Amino acid sequence: MKRESGAGIARRGLLRMGIFVAAVAAVPTKLWATITKPSAAFAATDMDGTFAALGQTPAESAGIIFTTPDIAENGAVVPIKIEVDESLLPGVRRLYVMVEKNPNPMAAMFSMIEGTRPYVETRVKVAQTCNLYAVAETDSGFYMASKETKVTLGGCGG
Amino acid sequence: MAGKIRIRAQLDGDTCEVKALMRHPMETGLRKNQAGDAIPAHYIEEVTVTHNDQVVMHSYWGAAVSANPFLGVRFAGGQAGDTVKVMWRDNTGATDEGETTIR
Repeated sequence: MKRESGAGIARRGLLRMGIFVAAVAAVPTKLWATITKPSAAFAATDMDGTFAALGQTPAESAGIIFTTPDIAENGAVVPIKIEVDESLLPGVRRLYVMVEKNPNPMAAMFSMIEGTRPYVETRVKVAQTCNLYAVAETDSGFYMASKETKVTLGGCGG
Repeated sequence: MAGKIRIRAQLDGDTCEVKALMRHPMETGLRKNQAGDAIPAHYIEEVTVTHNDQVVMHSYWGAAVSANPFLGVRFAGGQAGDTVKVMWRDNTGATDEGETTIR
């Protein structure tokens, strides 16, 4: 039977999609049921709004070790690292990264399962000199650490 | 899959350190091109790291993550030869994944 090549390609695409969906569906439902995108927090335009969307203003915690550059020559690529001292701050389920003066401060949210270290490393855009926040969510509430990064070149392709 | 994710998983004691480098423009939707037209937002929204098909880390991202994103995570319980995968989905619905074995 002859089949149009276009249909074949579409079919393959669907198959790929299926594999991805299957991979997602195979994970423990308990975990996925509890993780929905906190859209309001991602849409908030200032820190107060972001904390309000999360439901709580975090308390300062020495247990969060937040590593950021003091001066970033390029605001488009600012490396950050969040580590949590589990003896000071146990039971971390999520880590958040926020950049105070970005159009939307919330940059990313990371959910860990048991066995995953409360540790994350990534790179974010920082529009202008401001405070960066590392927020940890535990069973007993939200905690944070903040550090200022000076930006000498903007994060918006400047 | 296109396989544009470079990924490495290495054991350090009982902890497995995963490092992944994805290729993606991560457009915020706020920039304009030379003609002054807004460049549409195009960024990775969701990233998942699995170990032997068990999710160890799931994340939601905004457009503030840098272009060609780097991600480092650590989990316990990995053994040499185990499979580690990193998958992403962006705001246009495109997906990609990368796979490696723990060293």
